[in-house]
This record gives sequence, structure tokens and C-alpha cells, in this order.
Amino acid sequence: MSGDTILGFDEAMAKYDPVLGFEVHVELNTATKMFSSAPNVFGDEPNTNVNEVDLGLPGVLPVVNRKAVESSILIGLALNCKIAEHCTFARKQYFYPDTPKNFQTSQYEDPIAYDGYLDVELEDGTVFRVEIERAHMEEDAGKLTHMGGAAGRIQGADFSLVDYNRAGVPLVEIVTKPIEGAGSRAPELAKAYVAAVREIVKNLGVSEARMERGNVRCDANVSLRPYGREKFGLRSETKNVNSLRAIEHAVRFEIQRHAAILDAGESVVQETRHWHEDTKSTTSGRPKSDADDYRYFPEPDLVPIVSTPEWVEELRARLPEPPAERRKRLQADWGYTDLEFRDVVNAGVMGEIEETVAAGATPAVARKWWMGEIARRAKLADVDPAALGVTPAVVVELDRLIASGAINDKLAREVLDGVLAGEGGPAEVVDARGLAVVSDDGALQAAIDTALAAQPDVAEKIRGGKLQAIGAIVGGVMKVTKGQADPGRVRELILKTLGVEG
Amino acid sequence: MTDELIRSSAADLAAKLAARDVTAVEVVQAHLDRIAEVDGGERGINAFLHVNTDEALAVAAEVDARRAAGEALHELAGVPIAVKDLIVTIGQPTTAGSKILEGWMSPYDATVVKKLRAARMPILGKTNLDEFAMGSSTEHSAYGPTRNPWDLDRIPGGSGGGSAAAVAAFEAPLALGTDTGGSIRQPGAVTGTVGVKPTYGAVSRYGAIAMASSLDQIGPVSRTVLDSALLQEVIGGHDPFDSTSLTDPSTGLAAAARVGNVAGLRIGIIKELHGEGYQAGVENRFNESLDLLRAAGATIVEVSCPNFGYALGAYYLIMPSEASSNLAKFDGVRFGLRKMPDDGPVTIERVMAATRAAGFGAEVKRRIILGTYALSAGYYDAYYGSAQKVRTLIQRDFAAAFGQVDVLISPTAPTTAFKLGEKLNDPLAMYLNDVATIPANLAGVPGLTLPGGLADEDGLPVGIQLLAPAREDARLYRVGAVLESLLEDRWGGPLLDKAPSLVEPVGFRQAQSPLVEPVETLATKEAN
Repeated sequence: MSGDTILGFDEAMAKYDPVLGFEVHVELNTATKMFSSAPNVFGDEPNTNVNEVDLGLPGVLPVVNRKAVESSILIGLALNCKIAEHCTFARKQYFYPDTPKNFQTSQYEDPIAYDGYLDVELEDGTVFRVEIERAHMEEDAGKLTHMGGAAGRIQGADFSLVDYNRAGVPLVEIVTKPIEGAGSRAPELAKAYVAAVREIVKNLGVSEARMERGNVRCDANVSLRPYGREKFGLRSETKNVNSLRAIEHAVRFEIQRHAAILDAGESVVQETRHWHEDTKSTTSGRPKSDADDYRYFPEPDLVPIVSTPEWVEELRARLPEPPAERRKRLQADWGYTDLEFRDVVNAGVMGEIEETVAAGATPAVARKWWMGEIARRAKLADVDPAALGVTPAVVVELDRLIASGAINDKLAREVLDGVLAGEGGPAEVVDARGLAVVSDDGALQAAIDTALAAQPDVAEKIRGGKLQAIGAIVGGVMKVTKGQADPGRVRELILKTLGVEG
Repeated sequence: MTDELIRSSAADLAAKLAARDVTAVEVVQAHLDRIAEVDGGERGINAFLHVNTDEALAVAAEVDARRAAGEALHELAGVPIAVKDLIVTIGQPTTAGSKILEGWMSPYDATVVKKLRAARMPILGKTNLDEFAMGSSTEHSAYGPTRNPWDLDRIPGGSGGGSAAAVAAFEAPLALGTDTGGSIRQPGAVTGTVGVKPTYGAVSRYGAIAMASSLDQIGPVSRTVLDSALLQEVIGGHDPFDSTSLTDPSTGLAAAARVGNVAGLRIGIIKELHGEGYQAGVENRFNESLDLLRAAGATIVEVSCPNFGYALGAYYLIMPSEASSNLAKFDGVRFGLRKMPDDGPVTIERVMAATRAAGFGAEVKRRIILGTYALSAGYYDAYYGSAQKVRTLIQRDFAAAFGQVDVLISPTAPTTAFKLGEKLNDPLAMYLNDVATIPANLAGVPGLTLPGGLADEDGLPVGIQLLAPAREDARLYRVGAVLESLLEDRWGGPLLDKAPSLVEPVGFRQAQSPLVEPVETLATKEAN
């Protein structure tokens, strides 16, 4: 797909100093849209959550959603930003069919939040401070689906479908200052930064924060310069990278691509890039110059937003505990070791474990699932564990089925297959697939007698006290029962049959 | 009977309806008949782009039924009204005078239209205008110009020439207009009618197709000052759908129009808005009004607004800048005209371009290009930025002036109605018609025009403009009603009594234009 030459990452890092910058768009979970009373709901029938304002019909006017402003201030405060006492909206003008008015109502000169920072913890516990330039409010565009032609792009498409349900959904765009000094940890920092922003907006309750639905979208800017040079190199902007893993990969790829270009004595093209999950590479988008003329001017249909100090303080009092403190508390509550807890954080499943514990599982059980079977499957599927589709309720139910002896660990994995295949909840899958363990001692006894008769020498060894040989008989029983027996119970019955004390 | 109904003021019609001297159906039918008589044909007024016969009669019948049942109704229930075709209406097309919206039906009502419906005022139809309200003569309508009832070869002003002409020609007692730089007041002046641009934010703009959002304002058009006050009370007030809408209630306006004195009020003549550049007959009628007000006990002083000289220039940067943005939505994607390119590839950009090329008229294109240029990187500060500074200076001029006087007074327009076609190819000459009305839009203050008499040299109506501080619209109605009454005492009746009847005796008409089918006249009707 990408014909780009790339340099080995270590070699690239030996020669060049990366500078990063991120624009993270967060979709707010307000009941209605940024400037209209239409519902803000994901996944409905196309063009149903729209009214005349969202469609930009002649004569309509916008009205600012107060809840969205509150959410934006909360995000600003959580990012340690200053909050503008007085700020305005502006029109960003460009013709594109996903933008009903052919301008986007955004903020330009005076964002609601500015001059903040976020301390991001890397995998080994190192804390890296990312400076926040601004967080501003704007509206999302509609969703275009290009039909026919190549790769779902507008160029060469036969026609395009527009869904305006997303048009007007409130967004907060968080823009960092240039991030210098990350060195070879740049890809890791990229992932950790977006994960941290995602965690913040999720804890604030202002966004569903589901990356696979585009609730949190990241544009990653990368440039390289020779070590020791102050001036930044030309940058590329990789658009809409929609998972934490992809952000890490995209930044890594762009560093390697830029390095190869600079090594060849050529110049990086300042442009947007598209990330391709299948090839783990980016391709050229459109040229992006710093002088793109959007003819911004103050939105005359809206009055300025005034954030009184009283209002801001009232919102500040609503902030949840900061992520670092929250981590400390959760680790203590769960009794994980430092290493266990760091692994959980790095796997991005702390929130999932918290929800699973809240749903009734023990911290140990929650960790066993999220760091074990679910993490394994996520890795195979190359998605974030949270995106796999396993809910905390499923984990709790699986654990309950195991604890009651209805299934064992091996069967539980099969039950999970069924759940992920959409066959229903764990109990339904157990019934439908006939996966309940054989707990009828009569049936087990017959299988045990058969297995003992088939391997008399093993039976003799056990009688003689070599209990480690029992595994062969248990295995034989499990084979006969197709795995649907409780190995513990089988072991007990074998020992009883042979008259040996366990 | 019919003549009496169509010549009645809205207030008089309301009284007749309340007293059950007449039914709403009779009132509406009389106006529909008048429209049929004078609006169509080659020499018709062409004030209406759409006549809403069935709905208007149905609403009237409902009013009559409710009144018969003893229900308490709004004061203006059953009094018909015409609506400028820039304001969206369910059930009638809304074109904005443009080909790009030909046949478009709005799925929603403007807030002012909702208020008319709540008051049960039958809507007679939609009135003609310069395309997207861009013009001062209604000649920029894609559906042909409106004619001035005083002289069919002259312009009725613009952009709201349709609403003004409809009221002047007795096709409607009331109409709604919109005023961005004078589009209610200048047509009022040249047709001998009353029109008011309320304080910015006093009337919701929701559903008025935007030209320049920071300047646009919906307002009343009528034949008397009291009627405009009554109508502003219906359409005004806070609207949660318009963020720029004021929270003030729209009350006390009709009461102000009924105060009946100006004794002790200080009235300021704006030095920069009369004299050089103003037609002699306009200047004479203006001075006459000043004499009458002085005689009625008002103190007349002269004030200077030195920055008004820059108003026209600032206006022609701010207005096109906002218009270029507001009109971007007309692209053929979601509604209205869609024009495919004649040849070459069909891409979204080319469909948008072909649609806008075919759908917009020359004046609209001129303003979009001006505005796009003024907002461009590198030019923004010099053009849009400077214009906004001038706007602040003009607001300060008003603030200083209103520190000295209660209201300001000027001629509404520098000249009387000019001939159709006379200024069509000279945009700058056309723009100068609004020199006296534009400052009010830039400052957001309210302005009213009322007939000041006929110019000596051409016998055409002259408009007198009153301006008040923001949110003091009531002052306009108080002073306006007094001046109106002093002038009518002098004339022996309303100025419009001097306007041509538009319906000549049958014999005369046949002699003049033998090729035209004779129409039923008021005289023959009354004989029946």
C-alpha cells in the first residue's frame, strides 16, 4: 500500500530528534447537540437525529449548549488550563458536503481553556509533562461514506452518502504545544498521552470516550530535526488514528519514514497522512500549509461566553480525583503489587477492572480475566482489550459459573467464544452449547473405572503413593468426558476408588 | 364597503372585527380581491411572489368561528398581513427572491410567523424583494421588479419593495420586512408608508434568511405609526432560538403611539444627514416636519455625528463579509436548486460551482466576492477589522448624540423614487440610497420612517426618519405618531389619499390600452 522507504527505528533515533504535537478531538456526551436541540446519539438510523439547524437550512440560528460549555470547562480544568472569562465562537469556512453550512462553528482567537499541562506516566513509571496550548469548543461534521471507487475515498467514488446525525455533535479539541525531548520514547509517549486524555474525559463523565466509535480521535503531528538544532523540521499530520495501539504505531512509522526521507537528503512534504491499520503504515493525504485560508471571523449569530469565577469554581469543585491519586487508591484497594498494577495500567484495562470489581468480581478475578484471556484475545485480534466486546457483567457471570462448579476454566474460554460470537450471555451459551461440567458422580465413576482399567500400571503406582502419576488418569477421564468434568472432583474420586489418602 | 375595508388601518380593522361590524373572511377576501386586481399583469404592482388564498381564508373563517363562540382573541386576530419572502413559512414557498431557492418549501416556521399564527393573523402571501435582500430597488429580484404604486415606472425601494408596495397599494394593511441597511425604511420612504427597524435583538431573527447576521432585523411595515407599534408588539420579545435576542418584553409601544404629545422632548437634527446630496424637495419636507414638531413644543437642536461619513464604507465591508459566509450553505447539496456542470467531470466542487453560478444573480455574486476578499488572510485587518472599528466609532457618535437629545431626526432617503433601470448598472449610486439608514444598523439602534409629504419637484413621497437609543423603540412611536397626526391635519387626511387609485374607470382604461382586457373596477363592484 505504502511505497515509502523507512529507516530502522533505532537508526532513526540515533540520527534525529523527534518533535511531536497532538490534536485530540473529544466528542461530548451531552443529551443534545452543540448548537441545536437534536439528540446527540451514536449509531441511529442515518439522518434521523437532525433538525433544521443541523441541516443548515435557510434562516436557522445556533444556540450554545450550556452543558457542553460546562464539560469544556471541566476538561480545561482537568488539564490544568486557565479558563477564559470571556470567549467567542468563530466561523471556519470551507466548502465540503459533510459541513452543512459550509463553515464550521469553532473557536479561533480566544479558546475557552488555554495554557495547561498534563503529566503523563510512561510504562516504567517515568512522568513526562505535556504542555497544553488550548482546548476549544466546536461542532463535529457529518459522516461521509464514499461508494464505489478505491479505498472509500472521495476521489474516484461513484457517489457519496452523507449522514448528518454526527453534524453538530459537541467537540472539544485539545491542542498540545510542541513536545520536545521525548527521544526514542516518542511512540510510547504518544500512546500514553492519548490514554491519559481518554482517562480524564471518561472519569469526568463528559464523554463516552470510546475510541472505536470516534469519541476520542487523535491527529498526530511528527517532525524530525538533527540533534542539537533548535528549529523544527517540516511536519506531517496523521489524521484520525483511532486506537491507542495505532497511535503508537503511527508515530513510530512516521519517525521511520521521515528519517528515511531526511537521510536521502530530501525534504518532508508538509501534508496530512492517513493511517492504515492493515499495513501499519500511512499514505499521503492532502497538502497542508500553515497558510490555509479558512477566512475565520467572529460568529455574529452567537454572543460571547462569559465564565464567571464563581461558575468556574463551582465546576472545579466537581472535578473527580486526579488520575495519579486515583491509581494510588485503586492499587491499595485491590492489593496488587507494583508490578501487577503497572502491567494493568500499561495494558489499558484499569478502568475495566474497576468496573468489573464494581460489578461484583474480586480484584484477583477481574485481573485474571482482563490480563489473561481477554488480553490474549485482544492481542490476537490486534485491538485494545476494551474494544473486544467483553463487558464487566460477562466477566462476573463467567466467574460465578466457575465458582458454582457449573463450568471450569477451560469451558469458560469456550463460553467466552460463544458470548463474543453473539450467542447471548454466558449462562445462555452454557445451555445452548451444552457446556455444563459433568458433575454426576455415577457417570464420572464409570469413566474413572474405565481409565484405571486401561492403565493398570499407573493405578499401581498411585496405590504405591506416587500421587504425581494421577495426572494420566485425570487426563483419561477428561478425554472421555470431553473436558466437561471438574478435574478436582475427578481427582478426589480416583483417590477414593484406589483407597489412597489425598 | 370593499374600498373602506382595504383602506382601513389595521387598528380600525381590529376594532371593526371586535365589534362584529365585519367578518375576518370579508376582510381577507377584500384584500385578496385587491391583489387580484392590481398585482398581476404587465403593469401590475408585482408585490406578491405567492398568494396564500386558501390558508388565509381558512384562518379568517376560524377567527370568525371563535369570535362567534365568544372566545377571547388577540387584538389583531383576523387582520391580514403579508410576509417578506425572506422569512420562512410552512405551507408556502420561500424563495428569498432567488432562483437558487425556487420552489423551496421550508419545513419550519420563522419565530415571527409562529407569533402571527398564534395571534391568528391570516397571512395573505409572500412579498417580493431584491435577491437575498441585496438591493435598494427590488430590481434585483429573480422574479421581476415590483412597481411603485405612486408611479408604475418607478422603483418601490428595496430590498423590501414588495412589502412596502403591498401596503401602499392597499393589498395588505400590514406586512413584515427585514432591514439590514434600510430595507424596511427606504421602501417606506419612497412609497409613502411607515416602516420600523426595531432595536437589534428586539425581534427574533430565527427563520429570516440571513444576509448580514449582525445587521439584519425583522420589523413592521404599515400605513400608520400605531399599526407598526401594534405589529411590533406581536412579533417582538425574547426568543430562545435566537442567541442575539433581547430579553425585553415587546410592550408599551402602542401605548407610546397613543401618548399624543412631544412637549419638552429634545429632538436632534443630524448635521451629516441632510443638506448636500439631498434632493431639494426632500429637504423642504424635512424642514416642514421640523417646524411642526417645534410648534408642538419639542426642542430642535443640531448634533454632529462626524463618523457617519464612514458608515457606508464600513457597511459595504461588514455586510458582504457576513453575507459571503451566510450564503455558503446554498450549494445544491441539501435543498434548493442543483445544477450539474454542462460538461467535464461531475465532482462535488463542480456541482456546487455550477449551482451557485446558475442560481445567484449578479448583485449577490458581487457581494459574495467582495466579502470573500475582505475576509481573506492578509486583508482581514485592513478591511473587516477596520470596518469594525468604524462601527465602534459610529456607536460612540450615537451615544454622544443621545447624551444631548431624546431622538434624532433626518430624511430617510436622499431622493424620492427613481425610475426603474436608472441605477441598475451603477452599484455605487444604488448603494447611496441607504446613506441615512445604514448608521442605525451598524449601531443596533431603532429607526422609524413615516411619510413627510410629497416633493415639490416630482410629487413623490418623502420619508422622515426618527432614531432612538437601543431599547427605546417606544420613543419612535411616540414622536412618530405625533408628527403623523400633525402632518395629516395639514394634508386633510393620509398622504396615500393622494396616490393614484391604480384602477381607472373602464372607459378610460380602454381608451388608454385597448389591448388589455377590461377588469372589474371598484366603481362597478359598488354599483352591484
